[in-house]
This record gives sequence, structure tokens and C-alpha cells, in this order.
Amino acid sequence: MQLDEISILCVYSAMVVYAIAFIAFSIDLAKRSAAVTAAADATPEVTAGAPEHVGVLQAAAAAKASAAAAAAEGGASAGPARPAKVKLGAAGGPGAGASVAYGRSPALRVGVAMTVLAWLLHLSGTVLRGLAAGRVPWANMYEFALTGTLIITTVFLLVLVVAKQDLRFLGTFVTGLVLVLLGVATINFYVSPIPLPPALQSIWLVIHVFVASASVGFFALGFALSVVQLMQARREAVIASAKAAKASFLATLPDAVSLENLAYRVNIIGFIMWTFTLMAGAVWAEKAWGRYWGWDTKEVWTFIIWVVYAGYIHARATRGWRGSRSAWLAIIGFSTVLFNFTVVNLFFKGLHAYSGL
Amino acid sequence: MTSRSDPGAPSRPADHIDSAEPDPGEASVNQPKLGVVGWLRFAWRQLTSMRTALLLLLLLAIAAVPGSLVPQRSSDPNGVTQYFDDNPTLAPILDGFQMFDVYTSAWFSAVYLLLFVSLIGCIIPRTKHHFEALRARPPRTPARLGRLAGYTERTAPEGIDAETAIATATTQLRQAGYRVERYEQRGVLSVSAERGYLRETGNLVFHTALLGVLVAVGFGGGFGFSGQRVIVEGQTFVNTLAAYDSFNPGRFFDDTRLQPYSLSLEELDAVYETENRKAFGQPIDFTAHVTVEGQGEESTDRTVKVNEPLYTHGTDVYLLGNGYAPTITVRNADGEVVFTDSVPFLPQDANLTSIGVVKVPDGMDEQLGMVGFFYPTQETLDTGAYASTYPDLVYPVLTLNVYQGDLGINEGKPTSVYTLDPSTMEQLTGGDTGVDSIELMPGETTELPNGLGTVTFENASPDASEGDYSQSVPRFASFDIHHDPTQIWVLVFAVLILAGLLVSLFVPRRRMWVKALERPDGRIALEYAALARGEDPTLEDAVSAFADKHAGPADDAK
Ligand code: HEM
Repeated sequence: MQLDEISILCVYSAMVVYAIAFIAFSIDLAKRSAAVTAAADATPEVTAGAPEHVGVLQAAAAAKASAAAAAAEGGASAGPARPAKVKLGAAGGPGAGASVAYGRSPALRVGVAMTVLAWLLHLSGTVLRGLAAGRVPWANMYEFALTGTLIITTVFLLVLVVAKQDLRFLGTFVTGLVLVLLGVATINFYVSPIPLPPALQSIWLVIHVFVASASVGFFALGFALSVVQLMQARREAVIASAKAAKASFLATLPDAVSLENLAYRVNIIGFIMWTFTLMAGAVWAEKAWGRYWGWDTKEVWTFIIWVVYAGYIHARATRGWRGSRSAWLAIIGFSTVLFNFTVVNLFFKGLHAYSGL
Repeated sequence: MTSRSDPGAPSRPADHIDSAEPDPGEASVNQPKLGVVGWLRFAWRQLTSMRTALLLLLLLAIAAVPGSLVPQRSSDPNGVTQYFDDNPTLAPILDGFQMFDVYTSAWFSAVYLLLFVSLIGCIIPRTKHHFEALRARPPRTPARLGRLAGYTERTAPEGIDAETAIATATTQLRQAGYRVERYEQRGVLSVSAERGYLRETGNLVFHTALLGVLVAVGFGGGFGFSGQRVIVEGQTFVNTLAAYDSFNPGRFFDDTRLQPYSLSLEELDAVYETENRKAFGQPIDFTAHVTVEGQGEESTDRTVKVNEPLYTHGTDVYLLGNGYAPTITVRNADGEVVFTDSVPFLPQDANLTSIGVVKVPDGMDEQLGMVGFFYPTQETLDTGAYASTYPDLVYPVLTLNVYQGDLGINEGKPTSVYTLDPSTMEQLTGGDTGVDSIELMPGETTELPNGLGTVTFENASPDASEGDYSQSVPRFASFDIHHDPTQIWVLVFAVLILAGLLVSLFVPRRRMWVKALERPDGRIALEYAALARGEDPTLEDAVSAFADKHAGPADDAK
């Protein structure tokens, strides 16, 4: 079997496992709704850390005492004590009466485990594709999709590890999106590995395209958070108006403000990477085409995406725009990203004719 | 701009989320008294508000869209011509709205100029304010810390007095990068600290650098030039105005600044894929081997590749295209050479089927023109038509249609060397004439019709073995030659944009206070609290971490 065939096999297996993960995450969402309905007596789970640690003042007091003792004995004074590292367990629970604590259902665990497995298969498929082609695996539409979706999953898994909040509930969205994109890519975009044309033989292919894909990973997550934020904000509005809110999985999720803050943090990372993408693209364009900016269709859309997200960041800082309105801008932003990747690549004419189709 | 009670806070437009809510009563009282100055001030405040900036940004995004839907003269002039042909009624209407020049159109310019005016109006007061804030002392400790973010209390260990506690806090805060100020209010000692001024600096650098990019780009076109030149292997180009095939100077460009260095194309190497069947014939590499010689300098060997331009003598030389330049010799009926040259043929497809034109103005009874097709690897399709099936020279064939008459070049009108206007000429071969087109392989000579003379397709490597045509036809390279003195400034500002962005989004700006209160039992109660200035997800952790470091873990955990 050839490397590329093994790669495709890995990708197909990854898709199957993603599908299983998707189902598991969906079951989890359904269970959350059930739990909310059932939970009248649910107690919020609070974890209190017991930090073991000495403050500088205590050290100072101790030092003072020992210095006094030492002085009394005529000995040398003690050196400064070094404080130990601090780790404080954060108190959990959003506090609002409208939320319901929810642990980790078996379905959720299965979902995460399957996502990790799918990610491994996906990673192998992508690496093998690169080996088969003898270059980085992101030089045509099929490969952009392969690597881009891999990064979406990677970012999701990374954020699960890094973020303080539990973002597993986004699994349905992430695995669903990745599955759909991979499906479209394997069915419609597949091309066999071919060498790079001279215009793509550049270190900037490695940098520019990779960072672009990575920012798409962050924007995707930010988009998902903004969507959940809007749903949560609507639910909170219903509760605030003292109407009975429908039992929904949303009650187990962070409140709208926390979701918004999370979305913002994810999106600004995406934005910085996108800024870099735009600049690196300009540097590359200067080398390959003799001008750094020429309003080629792809450049236009890169610019539009950048401006929309700049608008989003501004909206967050503008009175009357923070909250749901800025969330809509994040959603529009990600829609332009998807548009740029699909419609612009396939149907618009321009210098960036690298879809390979 | 906005009245505020807190001089240390970064200055923000009135509708910024951190600015104080406007007092509705005040506005309605002021409204009727607005004079001209009042109105101007009002308009200026509107223009420099966050909301306007936001709307202009969104407008800019929308305004950029049409330029990707309709071909643009700047990037795709042929596409525009095509569009006019395909949509004869719609195109002029769109043209009326400058839809084919979106990015230089009045309306697009209006949006971004307004945005940048707004930007200037926004950053000037903020910069001024920021300089003052950089010199100001951290503000007084609030009377009650209890309601502030991350508020926490600790009891100082026995034997520590308020003075010592605040002194160590001050040192520690300073070491953590805070600017500190000690206060004593009604006998209560406290330290007020602020850090993260860099956040605002970054934000201002970012916005100013945006302006810098705009200015640099705006002027960049003005001082530079861009020109094109096609060079056939073995030919030399001297960097003077007359030597360019086309030349676009910027508004302020002065051609005495062209350094007359010479650039010779020794060889153009083209490599095509031969192993991977799926990519057969795909270009793998183009390298132009050139020699460069400045006045009074040794000549040096250099290369130009697609992604590796040559920077020399103040110009940037890019390899943007290449193709074949068959060497054609025409002799008249007397056998005298009336034309001999390597004529660049423009590639029409991936397999380099190419079209070129030969013009023979003198030496014959009437002017002669020829339109040629060149097939590097010729094959005959089922329809009888010729095609090229591979871009390299495997079986090169040149076909020529001959025209006789007036070339239309005597009136001094500029005409393209790549096209022939047949309207004043009579076609002698090919087409409907009933006479077969001339067909030649390298090294072959044939008669022109009507006894006009002969035409030869010269073989560039006559000594090659039989059937090896790989070097038989010279290639040409088409170079773009640019000079843009402001490009480096665009790069500098771009780097500042990125740096400013990183700093302003990731450096937290926060204030922290530590207060020491004497308890009735003589021990010292320590209060800690902080205030975020802008996005600061780790604020509360920072307070408790500081308190832990300063006074040990929370009282209840002991
Ligand atoms: C040329 C168009 C503009 C672009 C692309 C742009 C972009 C951005 C970006 C990316 C940020 C977040 C990063 C940072 O804080 O440095 C930002 C923040 C900010 N911008 Fe702009 N901006 C523009 C124009 C303006 C204008 C005209 C104003 C004044 C009305 C303004 C006021 C602000 C303020 C106050 C912030 C800080 C927001 C905060 O407190 O979080 N910007 N801008």
C-alpha cells in the first residue's frame, strides 16, 4: 500500500471515530437536559483548595524572631525564606440560582476519549499525507481542509487542558464541524499528492498557511462559544423576566458573561494570528508576485475577515455593543472565514489558484 | 474629552464601556445652547466615538466586498474587458459607481479616510493623557476595599506592625512590576499600586502604526516605479527608461535616479515533472541565471527564481513569466537577410502552446507580417488541429501564417509587438487562403509564398545529436523590475502593529491595594483588593496569590 492510501485510510477511520464522539457528546447534551429537569436538589459542587504555604510576612516575623534569637546568641542572621508555590483551588459554581451543577457523564467521557482517538488518527493521516507528497500537507484544498480541521480539534483539546472552565460541552459542535468539513474534503476536494509548483515553493507556505489554519481553529471555537453565549443570554433573559424557563442543557453551562469572556479570549488569539497571516501573506506576495498587496480576491477576503474581527474587538469595548451584539459580530466573522475557505477558493478568480481542483 | 474622576485611568471615548455613563439630565440641558462651536464639538465627538469607529470598520468590511465580485482594473484588466463584453448594459452602470476600481473609488476612500480621521481624533487625546498618566502617582487607596475585585483579608503574623507590613508589600509590589505609592489616610497605612501601563502604550502604538501603514502605502507608489522587460537568453538589458517594455513611474519619481546597471540573461532553466503521472508536465522549477554588472564594477553571476527575487542596484527584479523565443530569419527574393531575431512567443496554456508575431517592415516590396504558433511538443489532435502535449522541447513545431501589406507602424502610433492588425494586410497562407500554413522544425527553411523569399527557424544548438531538440529554441524570461523606497516602512509599521497588538491584548493593566488596619487586639488586619483596567481574566487569582505571598494563606485555611 502506498503512503497516501494509508493516509486516506487513517482519515476515514478518524471520521468514523469522530462520528462516534459526536454521538456521545450529543447523548451528553440530552442527559444534561434530563438532569436539569430532574435536579431540584442538586447541590453546587464547591472545591476549596487547602494551600500549603508560608507568606513573606510570616517569614519576616520568623526571621525577626530567629534574628533576635541569633542576635541573642551572637550568631549570624538567617537568610530570607523563600515562599513556596501557591495553588489555590477555584471555587466552582456560577452562583446564580438558575444554574445546575452537572458532573461528567459517562457519555461525556466517551466523547472526549473518542475525540482524542480520532485526533490521533487524523494526525497520522495528515502526517502520512505530507510524507507521501514530500512536503508540508497544506498546499491544496484537500490538504488545507485536512490540516485545518486537525488544528480545530487540536485547539479544542488544548483548551480543554488549559482552560479553567470545563468546555467539554463544545464537543458536539467541534466534532460535528470537523466531521462535515472532512466529509466534504474527502469527497469533493481530494487530489492525489503532487509536487509544488514554483510559486508555492517557499518557506512562507509553511508559515503563512499554517498560522492561517491555526487562527481558523481558534475562530471556530470562538464562534461556538458565541453561539452558546447567545442561547444562554436568551435563557437568562427569560429567567430574569420571571417566566419559567424551559429545562435545557444550558442550565449546566457557564453563564452568558463567562461564555462571552471565554469567546473573547479565544477570538483575540485567533485575531493576532490572523494579523500575522495577513502580514506574512504580504511578505510572501512581495517575493512571489512582486507586490505586497494587490487586492487579489483572496487578499480582499483576508482583509475583510481582519476588519470584521477588529470590529468585534471594538464592539466588546463599546457601550451598547458588549454582549449579544458583539457575539453576532464573532459569528459573522467566522462565517466570512468559512466563506473565504470555500466559496472564494472555489468560485472566485484570482492569483491564489491553489485549490488543486 | 470626558470628564472623569479618575485621572489614572486610560482616556477613552465617552461611549467606551469603561467610561462613566453620561448623565441624561446634563445632555438635555446643554442641547438647546449649542452654537456653531458647540455643534462642531458635538460632531467631532460623534466622529471620534467608539460607536462611529465601529460602524466605520463594519462599513469598510462591507465596502471591500464588491471588489472581489467584479474584476478590478488594478489586478485583472483583461477580466474587466471581458466583463464589458459579456455584460454590455450592466458594465457601464457599474463603472459609473467605480465598481471596477473599488479600492481607489471615492466611496471606498471616503470610508477609510473618515475612519482614519476618527482614529487620529481618538489617539491624540489618548496619547496626551497617557503621557500624563505615566508620570502620575497611583491614585489614593479607596476608603473601602471590600467591594472591589478579589478582595481578601489576612491577619499579619504576630510581631509585625502596620509599618513593616506595608513596607514589605510595597517592596513586593514594586518587584512585581507595579508602580507604588504609599498613603496614610486617617492614620491608616496603605499602599496603592498600578501596573500594565504598557497595555495602553501597546494600544496606542498599534493604532498609530495603522496610520503609519496607510501613510507609507499612500506615499509608496509616489516615489517608486515598476517596469516590465522581456529578455531572451543571451540578451542584455540596461536599466534605463528606454529599455523597458512598459514603465509606470510614481507621481514623484525622477528617472535620473535609475542606476544604469546591466542585466544579462545567460540561461533560463525550466524543470517539469516527468515521474508523477498525476502531475506530468507540471512545472517544478524555473531559474533564471543572470549576470549583473554595475558601472565600473565586476560582473557577478546571480539567479532569479519565482520566490527568490534579485535585489540589486536599488531595484527588485522578479521572475514573473517565461516562454520560448524562436529565432526566425527571413530572406527576400534576392537572398538578403531582411529579418533575424529571437521573437518572444506568449504562452497560451500549461503546455506552452505559444503565439508570436514577426514584423518585417523593410527590405521587401511590401511589408510582411507573420502570426506564428509554437508547439514545444507538437501532436495532431483527432480534429486535425495541432496542440502541445508537454511544455518542454520534445518535438518543437512552428507554424506561420503570412500577411502582406501595411503593418500600420509607420504613422508613429504605438503598436504592440505581440499583435498584428490584419485589417490593412492580405493573408497569404493559412485560414481561407487555400495555401497551407508554413510549418517548420528547428533548423528548417522553407519558401515564402509567391516567391517572396524564404523563412528559417534557426536551431539554437545545431550540433545536438539527431532528434534531440532540448536546446533548440531559446527561452525568454519576463522580469518585473520595481523600486519602492517606502516598502521598508510598511514592514516596520506592520511589525509595530503586531507588537502593539500582542502587548495591548496580553499585558494586564490593574491596580492593587494593600491596607493595614490595627485590630483591637493589637494585631494587624491586612486587606487586599484590585481593579481591572480592561480585560483581565486572572485578576482575582493575582490578588489572592499576592496576599498569599505577602501574608501567608487565607486565615480560614490555617
Ligand atoms: C483604523 C481602524 C481601526 C482598527 C483596525 C482598530 C483595531 C483595534 C484593535 C484590533 C483593538 C484591540 C487591540 C488593542 O487594544 O490594541 C482596538 C482597540 C481599541 N480601539 Fe481601535 N481600531 C481602529 C480605529 C479606532 C478608532 C477610530 C478608535 C477611536 C474611536 C479606536 C479606539 C480603540 C480603543 C479605545 C481600543 C481599546 C479597547 C479596549 O479598551 O479594550 N480604534 N482597536
